[in-house]
Amino acid sequence: MHKSLGRRFSRRGFLAGTGAAAVGITFAPKVGWGVEEPKLNFYNWDTYIGETTLGDFSKAAGIEVKMDLYADNDELFAKLKEGNPGYDVIVPTNDYVERMLAAKMLLPINRGLITNFKNIDPAFQDAAFDPGRKHSMPYMWGTQGIGYRKSAVSSPPDSWKVLLDSDEYSGRIALLSEGIIEAALKYLGYSYNSTDPGEIKQAEALLIKQKPHIKVFAEDNGQDLLLSGEVDLTMEWNGDILQVMEEDDDISYVVPKEGSNVWQDCLCIPAGAPHPENAHKFINYILDAKAGAAIAEFIYYATPNKASRALLGDDYNKNPAIFPTEETLARCEPSLYLGEKLERIREESLTRIFAA
Amino acid sequence: MESWRKNPVVFWLLNLPPAFWLFVFFLVPLGIVWVISFGEKRGVIDIEITWTLANYVRAVEPLYLEIFWKSIVMAGIATLACLIVGYPVAFAIAFAPERLKAILLIAVVLPFWINALIRTYALIAVFRSRGSINFGLEWLWEQANALLGLVGLGELALLGEKFVPVPLLYNNTAVTLGIVYAFFPFMVLPLYANIEKIDRSYIEASLDLGAGQWRTFFSVIFPLTWHGVLSGVIIVFVPALGAFFIPDLLGGTDSQLIGNVIERQFKSANDWPFGGALSFLLMYLTFGALALRAAVSGRKQGLEA
Repeated sequence: MHKSLGRRFSRRGFLAGTGAAAVGITFAPKVGWGVEEPKLNFYNWDTYIGETTLGDFSKAAGIEVKMDLYADNDELFAKLKEGNPGYDVIVPTNDYVERMLAAKMLLPINRGLITNFKNIDPAFQDAAFDPGRKHSMPYMWGTQGIGYRKSAVSSPPDSWKVLLDSDEYSGRIALLSEGIIEAALKYLGYSYNSTDPGEIKQAEALLIKQKPHIKVFAEDNGQDLLLSGEVDLTMEWNGDILQVMEEDDDISYVVPKEGSNVWQDCLCIPAGAPHPENAHKFINYILDAKAGAAIAEFIYYATPNKASRALLGDDYNKNPAIFPTEETLARCEPSLYLGEKLERIREESLTRIFAA
Repeated sequence: MESWRKNPVVFWLLNLPPAFWLFVFFLVPLGIVWVISFGEKRGVIDIEITWTLANYVRAVEPLYLEIFWKSIVMAGIATLACLIVGYPVAFAIAFAPERLKAILLIAVVLPFWINALIRTYALIAVFRSRGSINFGLEWLWEQANALLGLVGLGELALLGEKFVPVPLLYNNTAVTLGIVYAFFPFMVLPLYANIEKIDRSYIEASLDLGAGQWRTFFSVIFPLTWHGVLSGVIIVFVPALGAFFIPDLLGGTDSQLIGNVIERQFKSANDWPFGGALSFLLMYLTFGALALRAAVSGRKQGLEA
């Protein structure tokens, strides 16, 4: 394993490594592949780490962590696709893990160094998008669903129909600009990852028909629109709605009964990472029961870490907006990377929906 | 003024840094996008340059041409609005007392010291249902209701049971206003520079010879400032044509402009060759506008000569 990591050392990382070795010759390398400077560059989503996690890790491991933030997977992907600008740990969502694997943008993870892997719920110890968990460790997971204002709806909007095929809440609905075709597919009874152009066409027609009742296609800020009273119902990610539920008791979240998207964000080491050894230490630290519990409790997303969950109370573990029922979850699907041809079909569909 | 030809060394020394800048940060990236626009995707990140025209063929499909057209119309309306509002402002500044002039100019330019994205976010706070304008309207509504109550008409609820916020945000009007707000100084400054230069005696002559205020404006002042109008129109129209975050933030469900489509190609759609082709079509449109400007002002000069 060490060798495979060593071979992927970028030139800059290699020079920095030899430089460090030359200066601090008395440092005994703990692991075989050379001395790494005690630094780590973490590229993460905003508000997606515990309040003191980075500081605690620095104290425990003596490694200084610098965190940069990105707003969406596309930004992460675009930043790394022309070469890694120096990040050691990134947090892509499952379909982007797949995409990055296809583009050989991720380093393998040395399981021997991730001793806390045993804390992970067996359901998350393997993944269809990364067979054998060779390149990714689960960080948090969640669902996409409907955030709504309780006082403004006649009954909980537990079906996609309310958003996609009804005029009951005309002009008070926000949809996300991503994932709408997939949600419509789900409503129509097809797979979230349908590859049938005919089915995609039907989803497109449904959305174009519903457009007069939609107020806005939100840029992942549906929760703000809901909180500010701009809309009463919005398609959103559960974590985003959970954060505004803290501020406003009148807001709630439901996963539609037809099923939806279940996603998983993963800790990965991008190719060309200057400090792969530190990256392993960091990932292992995040998977620690206590560290993981502190993060989950702070950001309020569902953790795949069983040991962490055991440390947290019912407020968290029994929260239906964080952990949907098994029954609902069974109808949810992860979004898959379907290849460039299908990406283009969906993109063109999206352009037509927005242009209509 | 001395001609630069007399001192070529100084000329080239002075121009080297900007030329270098232009080359490295403008021409090279532009060239890369141009080359990519003739490429084909081979997998997730690999693009092979095959000099295919397929991306351009796709870019002129009716779907995209309609979006281009819509962008041109929206940018055109916004530019016209900028001109209609900007001309009197520039005129007032040009004819203001010297000391006031500087203050007024700063007032026009000052918002530009704030990032355009932040200014656009600020517009959301102004326009939204629970934003400044609707709060103001609600206050007026309450006052009017109280007044009706005083004269004994309160029971009739003439103004409705409760205040209904005016939907100002998430439509094409909001996008147009956003563009006007973002590019307004670009219109005022060239206009001001031109109006400032007018020889005032022309205006006096026109008025002395019996032309009314309107006639003087349209037959004397406006033609004299024609170049400023053209410059302003071009400088506003060109960036307005490529606007993407303004429709993203302020637009409704039908506010997709070509800038948004291009942005998506470089991000979520991950289709740089097609994005490149769309970008260059947009650029050729811009060149067209500039050529038109050159042609029009050339003809004007020809007539004046």
